[in-house]
Amino acid sequence: MNIFILILQFIFIPLISPFFIGLIKKVKAMLQNRQGASVFQVYKDLWKLLHKDEVVSNDASWIFMIAPFIIFGVTLVVGVSIPLFISNLPVYVSGDILLVVYLLAVGTFFLALSGMDTGSSFGGFGSSREMTISAMAEGGLIFSLLTVSIVYQTTNLFNISNGNIFIHNNFILSIILAFAGFFIVLLAESGRFPYDNPDTHLELTMVHEAMILEYSGKRLALIEWASANKYVIFASIGANIFLPYGISHNTAILSIIFGILFLLLKISAFSFIIGVIESKIAKFRFFRLPDLLLISFIFSVIAIGIIN
Amino acid sequence: MLQLLTSQIGFYLLLSIFLIGSLGSLFLSKNDKYANIWGNAFAILGSSLGLIFSVSLMLTNRTFSFNFNSLYQHFLDFSFNVDMLAGFFIGVISLIAIFCSFFALGYVKHFYNKYNIGVLGFFYNILIASLILIVTSSNAIWFLIAWEIMSISSYFLVVYDRNDESNVKAGFLYLIMTYVGTAFILFAFLLIYKYTNSFDFSIIKSNINLIPFHIKNIIFIFSIIGFGIKAGIIPLHIWLPAAHPAAPSHVSALMSGVMIKTGIYMFIRLFMDILQPIPVWWGVTIIIIGAVSSLLGVLYALTEHDIKKLLAYHSIENIGIILLGLGSSMIFNFLGMMSLSLLSLMAALFHTLNHAVFKSLLFLSAGSVINEVHTRNMEEYGGVIKYMPQTALFFLIGSMAISALPPFNGFFSEWLTFQSLFQGIIQLSPNFNWIFIVATGSLAFTGGLALACFVKAFGSIFLAKPRSQDVKHAKESSLSMRIGMGFLALFSILLGLFSGYTTILLEKVGKGLSIFNEVFSSVSVSGDQLFQINKGFSSIRSFSIFIFIILVILFSFLVFKYLINKNQKLKIDKTWGCGTDLNSRMEITTTGFAKSIILIFKGILKPSLQSEIKYHDSESRYLPKSMTVTFKVNNVYSKYLYKPIQKIFNLLSIKVKKIQSGNINLYISYIYIILIILLFFIL
Amino acid sequence: MSNIFLKILKDRNNLININNKDLNKEELFIIGKKIKENINSLFNGSLAIRQIDAGSDNSCEQELVALTNNFYDIERFGIHFVASPRHADMLLITGPLTRNMSKAVKDAYDATPDPKIVVTVGDDAFDGGIFNGSYAVLDKISDIIPVDYHIPGNPPSPKTILLNILNILETNRKK
Repeated sequence: MNIFILILQFIFIPLISPFFIGLIKKVKAMLQNRQGASVFQVYKDLWKLLHKDEVVSNDASWIFMIAPFIIFGVTLVVGVSIPLFISNLPVYVSGDILLVVYLLAVGTFFLALSGMDTGSSFGGFGSSREMTISAMAEGGLIFSLLTVSIVYQTTNLFNISNGNIFIHNNFILSIILAFAGFFIVLLAESGRFPYDNPDTHLELTMVHEAMILEYSGKRLALIEWASANKYVIFASIGANIFLPYGISHNTAILSIIFGILFLLLKISAFSFIIGVIESKIAKFRFFRLPDLLLISFIFSVIAIGIIN
Repeated sequence: MLQLLTSQIGFYLLLSIFLIGSLGSLFLSKNDKYANIWGNAFAILGSSLGLIFSVSLMLTNRTFSFNFNSLYQHFLDFSFNVDMLAGFFIGVISLIAIFCSFFALGYVKHFYNKYNIGVLGFFYNILIASLILIVTSSNAIWFLIAWEIMSISSYFLVVYDRNDESNVKAGFLYLIMTYVGTAFILFAFLLIYKYTNSFDFSIIKSNINLIPFHIKNIIFIFSIIGFGIKAGIIPLHIWLPAAHPAAPSHVSALMSGVMIKTGIYMFIRLFMDILQPIPVWWGVTIIIIGAVSSLLGVLYALTEHDIKKLLAYHSIENIGIILLGLGSSMIFNFLGMMSLSLLSLMAALFHTLNHAVFKSLLFLSAGSVINEVHTRNMEEYGGVIKYMPQTALFFLIGSMAISALPPFNGFFSEWLTFQSLFQGIIQLSPNFNWIFIVATGSLAFTGGLALACFVKAFGSIFLAKPRSQDVKHAKESSLSMRIGMGFLALFSILLGLFSGYTTILLEKVGKGLSIFNEVFSSVSVSGDQLFQINKGFSSIRSFSIFIFIILVILFSFLVFKYLINKNQKLKIDKTWGCGTDLNSRMEITTTGFAKSIILIFKGILKPSLQSEIKYHDSESRYLPKSMTVTFKVNNVYSKYLYKPIQKIFNLLSIKVKKIQSGNINLYISYIYIILIILLFFIL
Repeated sequence: MSNIFLKILKDRNNLININNKDLNKEELFIIGKKIKENINSLFNGSLAIRQIDAGSDNSCEQELVALTNNFYDIERFGIHFVASPRHADMLLITGPLTRNMSKAVKDAYDATPDPKIVVTVGDDAFDGGIFNGSYAVLDKISDIIPVDYHIPGNPPSPKTILLNILNILETNRKK
């Protein structure tokens, strides 16, 4: 039974992440009065990319070649380190918040390096913009997770999601403020509006896409999949840390099924909200983004300040 | 055997090896090759002995102290106190010195026939010996003698490459700043002497209550200025980005990795050991200094395009992080929370060790690249990874370690620092926890900005196309240089892997200080390297994280490369440039990469943009010939702090000059008047 | 803004339906030699198109832009436009191949990974169209890159383009 749960936790995020990206696209299409691609379209895209050949630039080095595996591997490791459908995993490597934040930073590091590796102009400025946004977002991310850690008196994500949910009543304002800060950072790290437009074709407006312009075939599939994984990781953290209702506390089959269903429901709610946001507002001018990220930081600082 | 080693005799043996190395190198200065090999071989030998000495001392807790009596018994005692803290610092010094000396065996070859190699070996060995003397001396005057030896030998090493005018100027600035610092330290020790009537550290410690409260505060301020100049805190740091690039690379690595840590050592020795008990505002000051230094250090590093200056500013940033740990340790000490104080001290010491390892690694690899390409300007690098692949790998490991990316060692020491700050936020009342919130905020932003800076550094140097012709002539560094860098990279990985054991060792080192004598530990390490803070508030397993990350990445590599689509063909073609021909002028530049961040922080950094255009015909101004755009960051410290001080001193000196009229009769009358006045005072 | 959303959600159904009858009516213009075997199942669910303007008068581009609006909605078939030829499966060339763009078109073709399909859209792209014989235009695009299919029209309507693309995918699927 335990082995089954561990394997399920390992493959859960890569399995469902393309579905939610498809869901966001479907919501956007519906709000544009179109039918849009099916919600399973990203699976088909990934499958096709995995079976295509690759063209690699002759200026690229081994960093370009191995970066996609590292980026994808890191999202797998983080996927195992966060609470998804069960809050006390029988065996886990680690659930520490700082480890999760810095492991995701490893992925960003290698993605930015591979963007610079081929010597194209777009990759270079894509890396520059991505590192600027990522550097400013770390403060808000660490502090919003710290707020929740202080409320639950532990930095282990699994223990937080296992905690007494009625503890909220005393700290509800802090949790709401921290969640607002966390949501701003979620938009930044997943590369959604108002930071980045994932559907753009104009290279001068790209942030994440600009770094992957040189990738093709299998490696492109891995990077796109890792980007989807990252979105679902952030959504799961938001779902299970700030609103830990419905997560399973033991290894009974029925509660696990309920845990999975609640998680899928929560992430669908996130996807729906993001789809509406992306249809409603425009991308911000680049130099307004640090202000937004600083607002996220300040929300979390206020949240910590009002805990006592 | 080990008992013999960790005693007085072992210590003398250690120092004498360095002495033989230095003198022998000087005698062999006629023959470059032998001088190089003699000097560095003895440095390696001495440092290995020092490492064994230090590790056995820490593991067996066999601390010792001894005196070498001299004629001036009351003032100057050659007294040594090799306790756990000194042993730890000897270990750090020796570890870095071994690999820097290995590196130097190959690196110094490019100074052959230009300068005197014997002098290099002489001062290098003297520098290492003086560092060991500083951390073990137990008498203030003897300490100052060792401090002077360190300053002078490092000055000569900084100006070693004297053909370059800027190196000489940098050395001069370094000398002045060091002596200003020494003056403040001397004054602090003299104040201590006035009240406790002794220069010996252990006597001072037992008589500490003889010093009145306000004098203690003055001593604190003077020692912060004095030792802070050496450590490189903002705003006393202006010598660091000038002196560290000027020195030869293995000396830069030693200076940046180890020499600035002597300032940290004296902070710990004074504030946590000798001057105890301390008021709380001392700790608050240190934390604020640490927060400011770390943020400003990394911001200035982002503005640099000289690779060694960038690394020097990162040293300032990491000293700031160490001071965050130290300051929180002092605050917890005042509030009586001794186990948390020990935890913070352990975090500071762990970061000291880690920073020494990865900073030297970065300086050594930067040095090898500079050696081949003959310029320090990152705007002329690019694509070096194809010519120097192993150096690139070592620089990559160093960059990942300094950006605190798991699974390397930088992550674990920053994790410990974060944990001590988190405990401060949780356990303290709202009066105090705002300072910890500020510190945590600065640490969080510093981590992100350091990551951005190293993407910039690694990407500009090693990736993409070469931006100048010199790069194409680069060759991989020689074997000894690669051994030096490779072992440091290996230590970086090992310290990350076994950070649980290292933490336990550091706890023993911390408990060596008398204030922590009966403190229960807040860190527990179990068999699989799981260590927990405060019974489960946080926990991390260093060993299994490392293995798990490597396994998962390997798993995804094997599955996707070999299982899925085995028949995939890979074609090599040129970079897609939208149909144009891409050349190296179209790549992102170092300045361009960091420009967004510089503009975001323009209130602090104050960048300025100037452009000048030269026209073909200056009257009609239709056809520009060339346009120069200068984007630079103003040096606020020079402008607002140092130049006004310089001006005041100049004005004062001009006024005082008036008593020097050149007339001998006037001088004799001065002597007469002063004698009369003194006679009045005595009678 | 929510008024607009509610209005959108209330009245829908202005989608143009494509069914097999329409597909069978369109005839495919096959130019190139045999398509490689493994394309047959690869592009069925998902196709990435990179459009290259070889010097066109933008009439074809406007029709192509219309493909993504909510009448024709090419996305519902899993087809989407991409920015980089490295991500693309199909290259749509529009406009006559001018001299200045010949190198760029060749570079884009080399940058696209195999397996790929090259389609020329509009009479101009096929043999120069109304610009045939001009000094600025190279007449035969198949000299520079091998072309597989051609969509006739000057410019072809979005429906024609859509039916032809779907036919290409359908044909390859049947093989």
